[in-house]
Amino acid sequence: MAPTACFNCQQARAVIIRPKNRHKLCRACFLAIFETEVHETITGTNLFYPGERVAIGASGGKDSTVLAAVLKTLNERYNYGLDLCLLSIDEGIRGYRDDSLETVKRNAVQYEMPLEIVGYGELYGWTMDQVVEQVGKKGNCTYCGVFRRQALDRGAARLGIKHVVTGHNADDVAETVMMNLLRGDLPRLSRGTKIVTDSDASDIKRSKPLKYAYEKEIVLYAHHRQLDYFSTECIYSPEAFRGSARTLIKDLEKIRPSSILDIVKSGEDMAALVPRNVSQNGKGSQRVAAGEDEATGGCGSQNGRSSGGEMAAMEQQLNENETAESHETEIRLPAGPTSQKLPKGGKVIKKQTMGHCERCGYISSQRICKACTLLDGLNRNRPKTAIEVSVGMEDEESSTTLMRQMERTQLTSAEMLKKNEDEHV
Amino acid sequence: MADSAAGGEASILITVEFTGGLEMLFSNERKHPIVLPPRLDDGSRPNITYLLQHLVEHVMRDQRKALFIMEDNVRPGILVLINDTDWELEGEEKYELQQGDNIVFVSTLHGG
Repeated sequence: MAPTACFNCQQARAVIIRPKNRHKLCRACFLAIFETEVHETITGTNLFYPGERVAIGASGGKDSTVLAAVLKTLNERYNYGLDLCLLSIDEGIRGYRDDSLETVKRNAVQYEMPLEIVGYGELYGWTMDQVVEQVGKKGNCTYCGVFRRQALDRGAARLGIKHVVTGHNADDVAETVMMNLLRGDLPRLSRGTKIVTDSDASDIKRSKPLKYAYEKEIVLYAHHRQLDYFSTECIYSPEAFRGSARTLIKDLEKIRPSSILDIVKSGEDMAALVPRNVSQNGKGSQRVAAGEDEATGGCGSQNGRSSGGEMAAMEQQLNENETAESHETEIRLPAGPTSQKLPKGGKVIKKQTMGHCERCGYISSQRICKACTLLDGLNRNRPKTAIEVSVGMEDEESSTTLMRQMERTQLTSAEMLKKNEDEHV
Repeated sequence: MADSAAGGEASILITVEFTGGLEMLFSNERKHPIVLPPRLDDGSRPNITYLLQHLVEHVMRDQRKALFIMEDNVRPGILVLINDTDWELEGEEKYELQQGDNIVFVSTLHGG
């Protein structure tokens, strides 16, 4: 085929076709336009303020690597005045996270950003390797998800940072919309489409500046800028690769590339229809233990890259949680029309007083937060050898608790708790 | 091609790269030099469709073919770059491989 000229500069040879509008662009124009669009997303939503300290949730994967590269570029180009740093979670998975953390460490040098790593081992006394040794591969993602939510918050708090950006892209958001549509979970659908997730009570907000960026373009951006990123599936969720919702999105994109942004738009429009205070009865569907709306860059199975098996696991998880969470947190939608009529059967949620977990001090409406509950289960079943070293269960628990108390922070976010509770990967 | 004299055409040497996680399906090797015949049995030149078949049959040791190929084409979510250009600009699977081509398969399906 004869070379095609760039749609933008009409000179250089086009090397990419944009999924959203089929424009054919050369390398330079593509990079520039990609960056400009992220800039427009940022300015259009007043995402940052000058002088703001922002932590980039960095996994070493393509999305967070591109996010870091683009934010550095834009920060310098448009003088955002941001103080950027990288925040990584070390789940403690040998052969996976240790490799990707090496990538993040290189990124820290390449982008001249300080890097903070918070580990499950130090926070919880359990690495994911140890968790899997104990609970097996099935269901381990639940632990990882719950732990990660707190870990990112704690990492940010440790740095005194109140804004964490994650690498969620348009495909992720579209997938979240589809999954929640299929589950009939409008509150979560609504939340997942928002660029900023926080609440009045929240101390640390999260946002996704790449929300409108196609995964395809993110990968091409990384390729054409030769960014250094890491891509391997988590060894504990190999099935994530075949995620059914992901497959659906990719199949739709193949047929009609604009589908992805169209789904995002549809999701936003639906979100606008969701009443501000909606709670659902019955199965507590809004508490589905899934982190696809708010996973952090870091796990192959995040963002609802769920297989059918994960969906099933999610359902099971949901049922298990039901009892525990029946007194539990409300879902407050941070924005949206307040005067909407509530749907039939919906009810206004009663406000609950957010307290702190008795064990670790983390924000929770329950006496014991989800992470501590999971830790209880783990510690109770700790291999005999470990217990025999004169460590009774109580002691062991308190030692973990002590460790976590050292991490005690002033996190006071209903939203945070909710997500924490929701987190499932 | 300069050396495509009748009956004595040279084999086509290309480089195939797997990235974005796809390398794990190909012996964890990113770059693979590939030699293709200048003509196929029916007299046509090898194109991407032929290359895919060749890769699956001769290069890919992993049994999970479906992670790379679906319905005889590249699985949706895997990008193909022909000499750094999106294959959509080059005729996709009908592109006829040229001497020295660099073909990159990038998965977008992995964690970010």
